[in-house]
Amino acid sequence: MSGSRDLLHLAWIIPALPLFGAAFLLLFGKRIGEPVSGWIATALMALAFVWSCVMLMALLDLPMEMRASVLNTNALWSWMPAGALHVDMGTFADPLSITWALLVTGVGTLIHLYSIGYMHGDERYSRFFAYLNLFAASMLILVLGSNFLVTFLGWEGVGLCSYLLISFWFERNSAAVAGKKAFVTNRVGDVGFLLAMFLIFASYGTLNYSAVGPGAHAVSSGTATAIALLLLLAACGKSAQIPLHLWLPDAMEGPTPVSALIHAATMVTAGVFVLCRAHPFLDVSDAGTVVAWVGGITALLAGTVAILQPDIKRALAYSTVSQLGYMFLAVGIHAYAAAVFMVLCHAFYKGCLFLGSGSVIHGNHDVQDMRVMGGFKKYMPYTAFAMVVAWLAIAGVPPLSGFFSKDEIISQAFLRDEYALWVVAILAAAFTAVYMTRLIFLTFYGNERFRVADGPNGAAAGHEALPVISGGSDDDIAVLDHAADAGEVDPDSDPSPTVAYGDPVPEPNGHPPHEAPGLMVLPVMVLAFLAAVAGILNLPFSSMEWLNKFLEPSFRGVPDVKPDSFAQGFGLEMLTFAIAACGIFFAYKLYKKGLEHADRDPLDVKLGGLAHVFGNAYYYDHGISKLVGGPGRAVASWLDRVVDTKVIDGAVNGVGGFFKLLSRGVQEIQDGHVRRYAMGIAIGTVGILLYVVLWIGR
Amino acid sequence: MPVLATTIDAGWYLVLASLIFTIGAAGLLTRRNVLVMFMCVELMLNAVNLTFVTFARELNDIRGQVIVFFILAVAAAEVAVGLAIIVAIFRRRRGATADDLDLLKDPTA
Amino acid sequence: MEYFVFFLAAALALAGALGVVLLRNPAHCALSLVVTLISVAIFFAQLGAALLVAMQIIVYAGAIVVLFLFVIMLLGVDRKESVEEPLKFQRPVALVLGVILFAEVVFLIGHQWATGASSSGTAHAIHGGGAGLGGNVERVARSLFTDFLWPFEITAALLVLAVVGAVVLARRSGESAGTVGAGAAESGAAGSGAAGSGEAG
Repeated sequence: MSGSRDLLHLAWIIPALPLFGAAFLLLFGKRIGEPVSGWIATALMALAFVWSCVMLMALLDLPMEMRASVLNTNALWSWMPAGALHVDMGTFADPLSITWALLVTGVGTLIHLYSIGYMHGDERYSRFFAYLNLFAASMLILVLGSNFLVTFLGWEGVGLCSYLLISFWFERNSAAVAGKKAFVTNRVGDVGFLLAMFLIFASYGTLNYSAVGPGAHAVSSGTATAIALLLLLAACGKSAQIPLHLWLPDAMEGPTPVSALIHAATMVTAGVFVLCRAHPFLDVSDAGTVVAWVGGITALLAGTVAILQPDIKRALAYSTVSQLGYMFLAVGIHAYAAAVFMVLCHAFYKGCLFLGSGSVIHGNHDVQDMRVMGGFKKYMPYTAFAMVVAWLAIAGVPPLSGFFSKDEIISQAFLRDEYALWVVAILAAAFTAVYMTRLIFLTFYGNERFRVADGPNGAAAGHEALPVISGGSDDDIAVLDHAADAGEVDPDSDPSPTVAYGDPVPEPNGHPPHEAPGLMVLPVMVLAFLAAVAGILNLPFSSMEWLNKFLEPSFRGVPDVKPDSFAQGFGLEMLTFAIAACGIFFAYKLYKKGLEHADRDPLDVKLGGLAHVFGNAYYYDHGISKLVGGPGRAVASWLDRVVDTKVIDGAVNGVGGFFKLLSRGVQEIQDGHVRRYAMGIAIGTVGILLYVVLWIGR
Repeated sequence: MPVLATTIDAGWYLVLASLIFTIGAAGLLTRRNVLVMFMCVELMLNAVNLTFVTFARELNDIRGQVIVFFILAVAAAEVAVGLAIIVAIFRRRRGATADDLDLLKDPTA
Repeated sequence: MEYFVFFLAAALALAGALGVVLLRNPAHCALSLVVTLISVAIFFAQLGAALLVAMQIIVYAGAIVVLFLFVIMLLGVDRKESVEEPLKFQRPVALVLGVILFAEVVFLIGHQWATGASSSGTAHAIHGGGAGLGGNVERVARSLFTDFLWPFEITAALLVLAVVGAVVLARRSGESAGTVGAGAAESGAAGSGAAGSGEAG
């Protein structure tokens, strides 16, 4: 058993592998080139996954009460020995961190594999994989850290990688802007993290996780609430909850594997992870209510926006925001294991959906607008099959994983007497069903809107949806042909592939899509399979709740709430499913034949005036831009003109000026006249004698 | 005051010596002609010599006079070298004074 | 009788000192200096330092002042020095400092702790200690050649150094050596003399 514990001390190998990969690929990637650099990165991730499994087995080897003990910590070296603050760079291998590590490495490996095919032909191929590996390393550091500061290191690292990867195709202005937006919004959240760390250090004198758990009760509930709320702020930034959710939809400018890995499966769950780590603070204070309501409201509102999005990736982005809301809701009502379960299942089905959508876009000549898709099932059967499975999972159809994970959360809300939240959650589930069904039908079924009366070479110049960037398909030639036919692509118009609500319908290109290459289809199918069967991890029958039991040591002291009877539990779950089924049916009726007119979405018509509000995400983005651009900019420029230039620079220059003045005065003494110097000597002598006379010998 | 073999108090000599010393010091600070400044230095040395001899008498110690012996010799050497320097500097510039030797001053002022 | 001599000499000494400081013509200052030096010699005599009387007259009044006069004549700095003082506050401060200095020294003189104790020693006595010690010259000589032998020799070396240094400094460069007088400048071609080049001959 001690062997297992020693093995757990080797958990640092998990992040070390992709970190090495990142460094190696950054230095030598260009020389190695495609596709070897991709395979190297993938292999390292696979190795990390294998090692995570070893860690899992080592953990299982320990008895239950030892699994989250402080002895699983391994301080690799002393990172910041600074007076009272002593922070080690170390790992903490307990059920929570190992679960996340398995998720990151497992799903990460699949996505790396997918990227080998997706990024084919890109001129910065190896750099992409370097960044992906760096991201994985940062995320693993985040989850495996033994104290808040190491987690924060990983936190910042994933934020950086998110920025690098979102703006990977930085020649496109919208991508660069989106990257900046993501980074800056994250930064706002980071303030919360920093302040929380300050408070934690002030209360405990240390930042180690092992100190926080048992000592949470020692801290005043006010402090605990403050810490929890600050961490919530940080989590909102990273996990794109209201009010810091605005970066995620724009983050779709990045390559699709990035969207899948970072913005569906892993980085955005970091917020949930940190809240789970800090669960003692949530347990002793009332902050949980705030967390749960933030999650619930976000889940609902994001759902209302998702139903009207024409862009396939943007719809999935809002879906992610909504699903994350569920996780926050779970954390807020102290159903931590349920939240973790949902993280896992969400990673599978959302990852599958994103990768699948990547295949769709790849095969559709980089057109992302669903209004000119339709009937793709015929052309991309495998991708369609996988995405259908994922759709059913996310909608919550039994016996797929979504049913057990998402509905578990909804039931928990009811069982813990949070009825208002329960209603919100159920409504959000309905919306989920609606927008996902809409997405699937608009894409794979219905009329084939990519064929239009104009024929394959449309004369009009609606070229906004044909970006001239590498994204890897051998249809590039056709695309360029088309552009050459109808005129140059205006470089100033800066075509962005992401389509926002309200953008004009792009001109259909007439070419049917094709299925993705095998290397891309495989991970999608694997993820679909996992999305289907992952429910088994935590079936709601006692003795089958493996995940709950496994995570128990990490969430010591948290009460587990079970339904009063099997009937009650069953009834709750069925109720949720029934509502989801209604949603599916509703959307099916609307979209089963696709769109009659590409620019008239039936849901849009039905909602009338509300449609604009929903579709534009409640004008939140516009509001923030106006606020920051107007008064924000005015304040900033005032600060620059007055405070920075006059006060701060003035003070610094003033100090210099003062000393200059002083020295000029002193300079006068050294005028070169010998007699002056003699005078100085004389004064000194007289002075000393004066001292001798007056004070010595008394 | 202690009593000497001669009847004059040591104090008189000492006061006189200090007076000569003070006059010499003031002259050193005040005059601009280099040679006169030098002469003032000699005045001060003489005052010191007088003080030493006075104390030799008072303390009945020959070593006071021996010291004066040395002071005399060194003063002579010093005058020799000092005047040589003055000659070297002022050979060209006739009528120059101590104030004109201002190469030590700050060049940026 | 002694007091009369003392006060006369004192008056002369002070007059001479003031003359050095106040007279405008440097040559006059040099002569004033001679007056002071002679007065000091008189004091030496009164205080029983026979050897020093002779040395004072021969070395100081006889050699040093002559040197001064040589240089005065050579450099033509016999021009009268102007009366106004360009440096500010130099004169008043000098005056004040002088007064303070004088006061301090007088104070120190008046206190026993500043003037030391008597050592009516044997070998070092000026007077007394037996006739075997001889007169003043003999006593000085004895002290000089026993206790102070080392400084004596070094002083001799110092004098040689001074001679060499003076010759080198005052010489016009690129010129063969002139008279080997202590610091006497010689005529010759033009050249700078400030740098001691160290070349001989």
